[in-house]
Amino acid sequence: MVQYASVGLDVSFDALSDATRRGVLEQLGRADASITDLAQTFHMTLTGIRKHVGVLEQAGLVTTEKVGRVRTCRLGPRRLDEEMAWIEQHRQLWDSRFDELDKVVEELKRKEITDGRKNRE
Amino acid sequence: MDARTESEPSAMKNPTAVERKSEREMVITRTVNGPARLVFEAWTKPELFTRWWLPKSAGLKLRSCEMDVRVGGGYRLEFDVGAPQPVAFFGRYLEVTPHSRLVWTNDEGGEGGAVSTVTLEEKGGNTLLAVHDVYASKEALDAALGSYDGMSETFEQLDELLVNLGASERRS
Repeated sequence: MVQYASVGLDVSFDALSDATRRGVLEQLGRADASITDLAQTFHMTLTGIRKHVGVLEQAGLVTTEKVGRVRTCRLGPRRLDEEMAWIEQHRQLWDSRFDELDKVVEELKRKEITDGRKNRE
Repeated sequence: MDARTESEPSAMKNPTAVERKSEREMVITRTVNGPARLVFEAWTKPELFTRWWLPKSAGLKLRSCEMDVRVGGGYRLEFDVGAPQPVAFFGRYLEVTPHSRLVWTNDEGGEGGAVSTVTLEEKGGNTLLAVHDVYASKEALDAALGSYDGMSETFEQLDELLVNLGASERRS
């Protein structure tokens, strides 16, 4: 387990130790891009950028998908984890709000019944 | 994911679901045991709204709450956060349809804030409630989710770590 973790860390460190690779991640944080787009943005050859994307892909920071002749790159599962964590946090916030809302609505329901009785009397 | 965080079926408590519906939209759904007119009342009367909107777990103290619930009317919530200046959330109501629909802007972040819509649908005396937060762009929602900012911060920390590791390597 410990070994797995440290291997993962090494891969990430290697992936992030390069300015171009960090630039690619920032770029993909704004929008998905093809290998060709990235090569143009970073003034590199297709082979050069493919190598960088390959390293990021191995680290789980980027995923790629080939449709026809175009390979599209997007941020990988690690970003998804962050999104899931945020969604869970958001859910807990609303969940505790709704718990209190239940009490308010319950109270209004009781009040309506009491007032209804009074009106009939 | 921890199995315990999944909502268990209970006679007392209805589950809350949060879903990213599209690139620009988050949706929160929940059933409330009561008619829509009472849920609407709890959402539009400040003295009721403030009793549930701010969860106790947030540890914040509400300083003031103004709500002018009509089309074009404004709202403003101020919280004490231990600093001299309170934190404020404000915006205005775009649509007010009693007992079924309320639309408001979230302007505290400047232009391009999310537009929130709550819809209330009554079924058999209970109300299905859905809150839709629609952001100006995919980027705005991503930023709200913290993925992009979170990444930058992670990079900065990693950069620092790499510099330190490099330094200790040179020393040994």
